[in-house]
Parts: sequence; structure tokens; C-alpha cells
Amino acid sequence: MAPVAVTAGAPPAGAGVRTVKLLSPTGHLGFTPIEPDSFWAGVAQQPDAIVADSGSCDIGPHALGADEPASPRSWQTHDLELILTASRRLGVPMIIGSASDTGTDRGVREFAAIIRELARQHRLPPFRMATIYSSQDLDHLRRRVQAGAWTRGLDGRGPLTVADLEQTDNAVAVMGAEPILEALRRGADVVIAGRACDPALFAAPLLQAGFGPGIAYFAGKLLECASFCAEPFAGKESVLGTVDAEGIVLAPMSSYQRCTPASVAGHAMYERADPYREYLPGGYVDMSQCVYEAVDERRTRVRGPRWVAADRYTVKLEGAGKVGERALMIIGIRDPHILSRLDEAVAWSRRKVGERFRGDGYQVYYHVYGRNGVMGELEPIKEIRSHEVCVVVEGVAPTRAEAMEMTNLAGRNFMYARIPGLQGTAGAAAFMSDEVLPARPAYRWTLNHVIEVADPMELFRLEMEDVE
Amino acid sequence: MVRLAQVATTIRSKNAGPDCISFDIIFQDPGVYERVKASGALTPQRICRLYGIDPERLVYFGAFDPARAFKFAIRRARPSGSPGETDVMGSQMYAPLLDLELPASVLPSPAAAGRAGKTVA
Repeated sequence: MAPVAVTAGAPPAGAGVRTVKLLSPTGHLGFTPIEPDSFWAGVAQQPDAIVADSGSCDIGPHALGADEPASPRSWQTHDLELILTASRRLGVPMIIGSASDTGTDRGVREFAAIIRELARQHRLPPFRMATIYSSQDLDHLRRRVQAGAWTRGLDGRGPLTVADLEQTDNAVAVMGAEPILEALRRGADVVIAGRACDPALFAAPLLQAGFGPGIAYFAGKLLECASFCAEPFAGKESVLGTVDAEGIVLAPMSSYQRCTPASVAGHAMYERADPYREYLPGGYVDMSQCVYEAVDERRTRVRGPRWVAADRYTVKLEGAGKVGERALMIIGIRDPHILSRLDEAVAWSRRKVGERFRGDGYQVYYHVYGRNGVMGELEPIKEIRSHEVCVVVEGVAPTRAEAMEMTNLAGRNFMYARIPGLQGTAGAAAFMSDEVLPARPAYRWTLNHVIEVADPMELFRLEMEDVE
Repeated sequence: MVRLAQVATTIRSKNAGPDCISFDIIFQDPGVYERVKASGALTPQRICRLYGIDPERLVYFGAFDPARAFKFAIRRARPSGSPGETDVMGSQMYAPLLDLELPASVLPSPAAAGRAGKTVA
């Protein structure tokens, strides 16, 4: 299904021999603003498309669960304005994916509205905009699961269940290149896509030019984090990818970076479990035969990616659901005697909480900075080596009032911890402030699954409009 | 013995999806990389011991020659960003690797072992 879908239609004459240049200005549009100097240097290279993703599941489940942006609108607008004005000046497509961090329909609508407003402000000549929606109707997914749809949980999760869906507030499907390719075929000058595999955004214009899915998705994989494939380490600097029959050449557009075989190969394995495979709807890119070679001091060519089609065409589902309301309290401890018996202080706090709040909906976590506050259960150093620690108490409860009360109770009880031999009998803790901090609600990733579909477009909705 | 931090140029960790954390150890010097590989000092067992995890939570471990790198991935106890989260992007989980001890023979030459840490250009 997959390779048929992505190569369907007659490729243009000279397929695979044409050179396509893609400009990647940022690894996450809006997260922090694009650096303009290297961006305009990249625009001067006359790319055939400017491409950026704007989302990530790295930021945790809150943004998707609550369907809120994780980036300020002014930064999103800054980045979209650069890309829109440059791409319209060049007359080439701009492709934005995972709009507004989540790639939900809200994100697509908000980005489309920003584009319309920027077009008006800059008095741009009319252009075609595609919006691709990827939010999923949970009832629809439930009916699919009940009808026996083939699903698989990723990273050790079981197959998708109705219970998983019942715990989900918002879900998106993660598109491959096909919906974006369809938008380009319909003449889109601007594509605002919902949740998308980052490499698919770059793959779409390459597939349209007649390249195979192996090189197309692989080029996307290398380009999707912009300057992360270059050294020295820097974000938000533009990188140009030039794809031809020989492979892909990566060139940094900043004056001080280099794309070396080591930096590019190092990025090829970034943020994934398996460095040799990039999984996408319909198959994976086999990177095991890739060859990385220096073109000159600042550019690297990569050859040899191979597309391996899967037996089933599957699309990934991401979903997040609310766990409860949340509050925080910050406690300091300095007395070495208490530090040596900190577990007893925590146990006391936990016991006092348990006397008033019981049940699944009530959770208290003690983040002990100075012991294992960063690494938690994975911390190999078990003893406290600091002369003081900070305990951040995190309470989760069904209502805001209960979360505040429970967290207050857990925090204040460090003051009254009953520790044998304690000499400081006026209080066993220091409060930075006797204050409970309201926090964002707690969410959890409920869906990290793939589901089989008959058509790559099935879970996505493409709309075209003229922006005048 | 030398610390891993003295011979590797990049040691990093980051989420690989919501359920896993991926770790990269990259060497700039091809000779050092080959000697670390040949030394057998970096093994799945050693990683599991260091992080105190059962072997089934180590979902990938291997060398990646194109980047002169070792790579492994650990499955999280809970999905990233769940209540109780300590490192939502998994970006500080590499720290214990810095002190991992390797035989001094992985360094470029015996003379270089004496000024370990400056041996990687």
C-alpha cells in the first residue's frame, strides 16, 4: 500500500535527476524565534521549498491533553512571517507541520489565521493555502477498535483498548507525506498541517519531484531539526539540503557552523531508539547502508538510504488525558540529622496525607533535589551528598481545592516530622514561603499506538482556500 | 582507568517518544572509538547495573559506526510528563555515564593516558 500510495501518479519527466533544494530554518517553529541572518542566507540560495515542523511530544502530554499551545503566539507569528514572506517572494511552497505544538485542529486553525493576517499586513498577492486536520474523534476511534481494527502499542504498550480511549481527552493521528503531497498536487503555496511525522514534511516536495520514499524521508530526517545536524551545537539556525540522484548534501547557512560526516551521522541517530531505522506510515527507512562523506569543510553528502515497505499501512496515534488537578509546595531542609533520616520525614508526611486523602485519585510525589530530584528511580547515587536538600511536593487530586489542601498538608507536615533525636524542636523544615502553588492540571500520555488504515488520507481532512 | 567523559566528545540523553529515553555516546577519535568497542567495556549488562534497571527495560543497545557512537534506549517507568515526572525531556539522564570507568588502554597512547581529557582533539 505505502509505496504505491507515495509514488502513485506519473512522476515528472527526468524524475530523480532534478535537483531539489529544501530550506530548514528551525527544528520547532515558535519554540524560540528563528535566527534571521542564516535564514535569509538560506533564502538567497533559492530553495524550492521552505519547511518546518512546529510540534513535538517532547514537551509532555499537557499541551495535547489541554489542547493549548506551548509557545507564545508572538514567536509563532515571528517565524511564520519570515517563512511566508520569503516563500512568497521566491514563489515556492512553504510547508508547516504539527501546527502550534500539538498539531490539533486548534493549532491548524490558529496558524491559518496568522497566515491570513500576515498576508493582509504584507499585502501579498493571492495564494493557495492548504490546511490539513489531524484531530481524531474519540467515538470514531472507539468504534474502529470495537470493530476489530488492527492496532499495536508502541514501546511495550499493549494493543489499543476502549479503556485507553476513555482516559483520553485529545488525540491526533500523525500523518505521513501523502496528505501533504496531495496538498502540493492541488497547487498549495502554503501548507499548514496538523500532527505530522517531521520527515514527511520534507519528503512531500521530494516525492512530488519524483524521488523515491527512501531518499525523500531520509532527507527529511536529516533536515527536520535544522542546525542540530551541524556543529558546533546551536539551535534555530537554517540548514539547506540539496537532494539529487546522488543523495543529499547538507550545508549550514550560519557562518560559524559546519555539517561534517560526524555531525550529520550523529544527528541521524538522534531522538530514536534504533539508529538504523526511521519508522513512518507504510514502512521504514533503512539507514544501515548510508555513507556519510565530506564534500568540503562545511558540507556533507549522504548516500544509501533504502525504503522498506511494511506489510500493513499504519498511522500513529498520540493521545493525552487528564489525571487530575495539581499543586506544588517547596520545602527546604538543612539540619544534617533530618537529612540522615529524610525517608522518615517523607513517611510521616505521607502518613498524615493518607489519613485524610485516600483512593486512586489522590497522588503525592516528593521530589528531593539534592538526592534524586532529577533522575528519580534511575539515579545510581543513593545517599545525600549535599548539606541541604529541596523537597518539591507535588499533589494530584480530583479537584483544585483538594489538590491545594492535600499538598499543603503534605508540605506542612515536614515542619512536624517526628524524628527521634531531633534537637531543632521548633520545626523540621524551612518554607521558602508558607504557600501552596497552583500548578497546571496533570495529564498523561494515553495513546502511543499505531492503527491500520486502508487509505493514507483516511484519518486526515484536507481543505484548500484562496488567500486574497 | 579513564572516565568516559575524558574520551567521549558527546554524551547525551533525550526522549525517544513518550515512553523511552535514548542515550548517545559519541567519540571524535576513530582510534578511541574502535578501542572502546574492542575493550568490551560498554555492555548492556553494565548499563543496566548503572541505572539499576531490569534488562527488559533496555530496549536497544548497539554501536553505530557512521557516527562513531554507542547508543542505547531505556523504557521509562511512566510516560514522560506523567504526575511525578522529574525530567520531562529526558535530557539530564546521561549524567551517570560521565563517570563510567574504561580501561586506560582505550586512550591514543600510553603517554597520552597521563594527560587524559586533553587527548581528544
